[in-house]
Parts: sequence; structure tokens; C-alpha cells
Amino acid sequence: MEHTTINLTLKVWRQKNASDKGSFQTYNVKGISTEMSFLEMFDVLNEQLIAEGKDEPIAFDHDCREGICGMCSMYINGRPHGPWHGTTTCQLHMRAFKDGETVVVEPWRARAFPVIRDLVVDRRAFDRIIQAGGYISVNTGNAVDANAIPINKKDADNAFAAASCIGCGACVAACKNSSAMLFVSAKVSQLALLPQGGPERQTRVLDMVAQMDKEGFGSCTNTGACEAECPKEISLENIARLNREFTAASLASEE
Amino acid sequence: MAINSKIPAGDLEKKWEDYKGHVKLVNPANKRNLEIIIVGTGLAGASAAASLGELGYKVKVFCFQDSPRRAHSIAAQGGINAAKNYQNDGDSVFRLFYDTIKGGDYRAREANVHRLAEVSANIIDQCVAQGVPFAREYGGLLSNRSFGGTQVQRTFYAAGQTGQQLLLGAYSALERQVALGNVTQYTRHEMLDIVKIDGKARGIIARDLVSGKLERHFGHAVLLCTGGYGNVFYLSTNAMGSNVTAAWKAHKQGAFFGNPCFTQIHPTCIPVSGDHQSKLTLMSESLRNDGRIWVPKKQGDNRKPTDITEEERDYYLERRYPAFGNLVPRDVASRAAKERCDAGYGVGASKMAVYLDYAAAIERYGKIEAGKQGLDNVSKDKIIEMGKEVVKEKYGNLFDMYAKITGENPYEVPMRIYPAVHYTMGGLWVDYELMTTVEGLYALGEANFSDHGANRLGASALMQGLADGYFVIPYTIGNYLADEIRTKSMPTDHEAFVEAENKVNARIQQLMSIKGTKSVESFHKRLGKIMWDKCGMARNAEGLQEAITEIQALKKEFWSDVKIPGSINEFNPELDKAGRVADFIELGELMCKDALDRNESCGGHFREESQTEEGEALRDDENYKYVAAWEFVGESDWKLNKEELIYENIKIAARSYK
Repeated sequence: MEHTTINLTLKVWRQKNASDKGSFQTYNVKGISTEMSFLEMFDVLNEQLIAEGKDEPIAFDHDCREGICGMCSMYINGRPHGPWHGTTTCQLHMRAFKDGETVVVEPWRARAFPVIRDLVVDRRAFDRIIQAGGYISVNTGNAVDANAIPINKKDADNAFAAASCIGCGACVAACKNSSAMLFVSAKVSQLALLPQGGPERQTRVLDMVAQMDKEGFGSCTNTGACEAECPKEISLENIARLNREFTAASLASEE
Repeated sequence: MAINSKIPAGDLEKKWEDYKGHVKLVNPANKRNLEIIIVGTGLAGASAAASLGELGYKVKVFCFQDSPRRAHSIAAQGGINAAKNYQNDGDSVFRLFYDTIKGGDYRAREANVHRLAEVSANIIDQCVAQGVPFAREYGGLLSNRSFGGTQVQRTFYAAGQTGQQLLLGAYSALERQVALGNVTQYTRHEMLDIVKIDGKARGIIARDLVSGKLERHFGHAVLLCTGGYGNVFYLSTNAMGSNVTAAWKAHKQGAFFGNPCFTQIHPTCIPVSGDHQSKLTLMSESLRNDGRIWVPKKQGDNRKPTDITEEERDYYLERRYPAFGNLVPRDVASRAAKERCDAGYGVGASKMAVYLDYAAAIERYGKIEAGKQGLDNVSKDKIIEMGKEVVKEKYGNLFDMYAKITGENPYEVPMRIYPAVHYTMGGLWVDYELMTTVEGLYALGEANFSDHGANRLGASALMQGLADGYFVIPYTIGNYLADEIRTKSMPTDHEAFVEAENKVNARIQQLMSIKGTKSVESFHKRLGKIMWDKCGMARNAEGLQEAITEIQALKKEFWSDVKIPGSINEFNPELDKAGRVADFIELGELMCKDALDRNESCGGHFREESQTEEGEALRDDENYKYVAAWEFVGESDWKLNKEELIYENIKIAARSYK
């Protein structure tokens, strides 16, 4: 693969802590190889900042750097995880940018995701939503043989597609209402599609949606920005399924 | 101090059964008063926390990430082994046990590995019950695939995201226990020391990474499930935050470190593209099921791979190892790639890569698909198109990842791959009960040294992490805690806690007061280079001695010239990283010492002085059939303790995959 080097101007959100007001700061980076990942470009910038000793390095979340842990979370030029479709920030490579371009980088912005520092936000609300019902209640040792219950391939494949959500929160960041519906619906769908999830199907969806509301996520208005920006391409069909599950469970609980 | 592995007496097949039948139990009322600290929330930590919470113990679980679901187990791609024999291809508990011992080049304990094989089937059952969406066949039953070093199909998988699905299963079980109040979860917390009282582990000092404050936590027992230390090489397939700190602190408090030099170099990773490289990305070993590995027969051949004819290609694994071909174990495949590249046959701009080619597989699958659909006279293009679809379903996410990183389309041109550090078989020495040499301190999963010997087989790490957490520790910890029911929860103003916190605090203050000129990252890179060059895929006495001297000098320089920006009581990732790199430097020295001491080649440890005429690893069972359990004595000073390995059920032999 041919590679070149580019120079960029970065406008990065800097915020010292949760109570600081925060503002954009402008930085220039030079000689960036187009084979670098976006985060490696940030590594270069941070090394530069450490060497200069004026600004502190920029705090950002990252860990696996292979697109699966869901930790990286930059809002790049107005899009969660930047311009490439179906890609996390860590897998976005500098080939996506042109020499001389200005790139604006912000944290996820949502009431339920308060900023901790710079580009790092607190996503524990997602853990609490899972705690509300995102599981099958089976203690270790209680399981029957794995092949005792055949599952048709289509359901298994759809459950897997929903389960591939990495919990990064890009759906929330993309949504004008900061709704967490795509995240919640992915887990609800996965467990509703599998026979093992049957017994708790109704309480699960009600409890998870209640927790989502309590955390301060907004309402879903079916705009579809979440699906468009999801790095794992989680389908909107999951939201439709969640709505059906929710309606059925609500009706059943009124009986 | 003599080490006792506490392997139960009796027949191999009966050991675990007998152990479980006679082990001490803790009654439910007492469990409620017993507190357990678990550090790390990967497969081992999350499964242990969930299972112990279910049993009724009071559990506290810690991770440095923002959520337990981020732990690096999530990145495991290929699969998890289990002796289910669903394929009727002759698999059994014994065969899984045998393959694992052989794959580990006869450097693992028989009893542990047999137990692992025994509980492997339960793991799959448990995960399916939790809603883990494993791949299935059209009949609705579970699908299997092959992995390196075995001749049966025993690997369960969920596309190329098996680790993710298993971890999310364990994570959801853990979150359920959090909701039930049995487990308290501390995220963005890092363990910085073990607190010992009267020789027993009684708690930890943790740092809240958001506020920078130190915290004291009491536990009747402490479990370290903190993963491996591959990042000592700087570049590895580990996550950026993966570190040895928790294990290292335990080591300095008296936990022996087992076989630190046993490192797994994974053969199929995306090659380094430049100095900016921050980590390496694995391409699942499952790709070797269908992909063929080759280099040009001519040295320095600069033509495009598609211009090199079949006759001009050297499928060197198929040539050298006809019985296993592209499915030889990882250590063998890695060394073979290095050998070809060192000999001048490497490909790509760096010439440090070999091809992993899917053209043949695409054509083969296309033909099968055409046959299935009853199509005659299909054009070659159509066959290729159908074949690509099949490959996409099997490996789509991996191919996408390759394309994003390299900018090349692996459906059209062969992938370029090269070995990279992936896993560490070494770790804290543990006995049969997973207890370290510090009473009440346990190590689970990759953090311990136990089951993989000198080389881990593919799809066995997930198995071991979950075996330890779901099915081993819930039994073995009772044997210790049954004698602790009279120990009351201790207040954390106990002098041992105060002292431990002061020590941790002093070290942080010292780091911040250096105010030198070089970044933490620059030291980490330099350490990584020493380790990769001199303690990497091939090692020799001279290089290892040099490495030890260089690391000692690097350590001095680090402690006098590292530059850490920011302050202590704030969110400061540079400070977190500085502490970890300081520990990696010390570990690096021990790894080199261990590699120097082990003057034989076995598994992933290849000493150039010890090889056959054909360049294969040459083991020395007479002198080195032991686990090296290193005891920390003082700075740059360790004492070697040996645990002899006894093979009563397997005839130990030269390991051949020819």
C-alpha cells in the first residue's frame, strides 16, 4: 500500500475535569503517516505536548485498539468514530484525511455520559442498564447439555448480530435526543431471540427500558443516526423488536 | 521455602472428582461473612466474581477500564476448545488433555491439564445457557472448527468474536450479581499493592484512576485475574492497558513467578508498518484452517503475489510438516516464518512478512457452493464470487479488519502476516488449588503459569480462563476459607493497611518528583526493543546477558529521567502508565534471567544453542523438566525454586508435527 505523510490542524476539546467548563484548543501535527491509526496520530500529538511541556497531554479512552473493546470514543468532525462506516476510532486510519485538513475532535456528548476529562466520558450508565436485566439468570453449574436445545440458524445468527454490540455509546452520541435505544435493543433482541432467554423475556425489557429512562437518555424518534454511525452496524430492526417486546410485555403486565 | 503443588493422590482421572468429594465446605451462613477481592474482569475474573457471588460470598471486583466488559479477553477471536466430541471424530477428555500437554512441549502439570479437559464441556453448556450465541449448523446444533496442533474439530466459536461473546456472557452474569448486591464493582481502579497480615493476603491498596486517591480494601482472600504481560515487549497483540503490575506487586510480596520466559509469539499478525506502531493486530489462527501460507521460492522476489505462479511458490509449512501442514502449533509456525524471512524470502515493503493466501479456499468453497446449488457450467468468475461469499460468512470481520488496517483487499490479494507477541504462558506460580505461594492469594487465567506449559494451543486460553473462574476456584477457595470463618472482617486502619498505603504513596510521589526529560512511552519502546531483539523468538546466552545489563541501565535512567506531566490527584493516564512501565522493566530482567537459565528449547522458548540439525527445538528433559518458580529476594536478585514435572500418564517424547 502506498503511503504518504500529511499535516493536520486539530481542534480538540479540552476539559480539566467534570466541573470545568471546557473549550477547544488548536494543535498542529506534521508528518503524519497515512498508515497510522487515528489514535496513533493522537499518540504523536501527546508525545509532542509532553516534550513541549506547555499543555498536558490529551486524555482519551482506548484499550484494545482492534475495534472490539468499545473503549475508544471520539466524536470526529461531527461524527462518532469519524468518517468511515462501520469503524471504531481505533480502526480509523489516517488515509481517511487529506493534507492540510482541519479535524475537530470532541467527546461523546450526552447528559447520561458526563465528561471525566478531555475526551473521556463516564459510561457506567450502560453497566447499570445491563444490571437491570441484560442477562439470563442461570447460576454456574445449572446448565443442561449445550446441544439439548437446538436453535434454528436464523435466530442464532440474528442473536449473534445483535450481540456483537461493543457498548461504546456511539449510538447515544449520534442521536439528537441522546437515546440509548440501539444499545438496549441489541441486548433485548439477543436474549429474546434465544430460547434460553424466554423465562425472563417480559421483565427484562420492562426493567431495562425503565433503567434507560432513569439514567437520563432521551427518547427514540426513529431517525436512524444510531444505525448509520454504529461501528458494528447494529440494525434498527432491533429497535423495532424492542418496541414489540415492550408492548407485549406491557400488555401482559397489565393483565 | 519449599513449594508444594498439592496435587491430589490417586489416578489421574479420579483426582479432581476425589478432591471435590473431600474438600472442605463453607456453610451458606458463613459465606455471607467472608469477603473476596477479585482484581481483573476478563474471562477468569468475571466468571469467578459471578460464580462466587452466586455462592453467597461478599465479593468486590476491580478493573482499570471504564467497564468490566472492556477486559482484553474480549479481543480473542478464534474459539474455545471443549472435549464434547459432537463431531464424532474421536475426541475425548484424554485426547484434549494429551494434545494440551504435547502442545505445551511437556512443561505443564498433568493433574491441572486433565482437570481443565474434564471441565471443558461444562463451560460450553454454561455459556450456551447464558445466551452466548455460538455458531450453529442448519440443524440448530453447535458448529465446530479445527485449530492448530490438533487433528479433531473441538473448537466452538462465534464468528471471529468468540472472546467477545464469552466475555459478555460472563460480564452479564457478573452484572446480575452486582444487581443482587452480592458483588460490588469498582471500575477505573488499579490495584497497586497486596496487603499481608500474618503472612496471609488480607486486602489490597487500589487507586481510583479518576480522582487519583488511594483506597484500602479488606478481603479474606484475594484473587488476581489480571491477564498476561505481553506488553513488556511494547508491541504485542495485548490491549494498551494490559500490564503486569498486579502480578508484579504480588511477586514482590512473596508470590513466586513461574516460567516467566515462556512467551507465545503468534504466527498470524498484521506486520509492523512503521515507527508509529502502537500495537499489533492478530488475525485469528482459524484463518490457517483455510488459508495457505507461502513465500516466493526466489529470494528478494519483488513481483506482485498474483504474478508469482504456483510453481514459484514455497508453501513451506506444508513442505516441512506434511501431517499438520498449515495447522502446526503456533510456536512452530512462528519460527518457520522467521526462518524464511531471515533467509531473505520475506515479502512486502519491510520484507518481514509472509503471505496468507485465500485464493485456493475461495475457489474450493465456490465449487462446493455451485455443487450444492446444482449449477453446471458455471463460469470461473461466478465460482469465485460464490466462494468469496462463503469466506465472508466465516471470516468476514477479520478480512474487514485487515482491509481497514492495511488498505488492501484480502479477497483479492494474499494477506501479509508476521509473528507477534500474543500470550504469556508464564505467570504467578500456583498450586493445584490456584493459590500462589502467599496464603490466601490466588491467580487465575493468563495471570497464572499453570496449564499451557511452554506453548499454548489455539482456543485454549478462553477454556482455561473460564475453567478457573467457573469451575475450579468455587471449589478450591472453600478449602481455604473454611478455616477462615472465625476471622472477622478487619478494619482498614490496621497498621498493615496504613503501611502498605504509605509505601504505594511514596512510590507515586517519587515518580512524580523525577521531573526528567523523557516520556514514559519512550522508555517503554526501548524496553520493548531490547526484549524483542534479545528475548524474543530466538534467544542465546550472549544476547540475554547483554539484555540484562541493558535493562538494568534502562531502569536507572527511568528512575532519574522520566517525565510525567500533570499531578497525582487527577485523571492522569501518563502517571498510570509510568507505574506499569516501571514494573515491566523489572519483569523484563527476570524474563531474561529465566531464559538464560533454561538452556534448552521448548515450545515458545527457543534457545539457539539447543536445536536439531533441521532447526527444530531441542528439549532437554534430563536437566529442565521442571517449572522454574522464581522467588523475589531483592533488587535484581531472585532465587530459583524448581517444581519437578512428573509424567505418569503420558509417555514423554520428542514433539513432532511432521
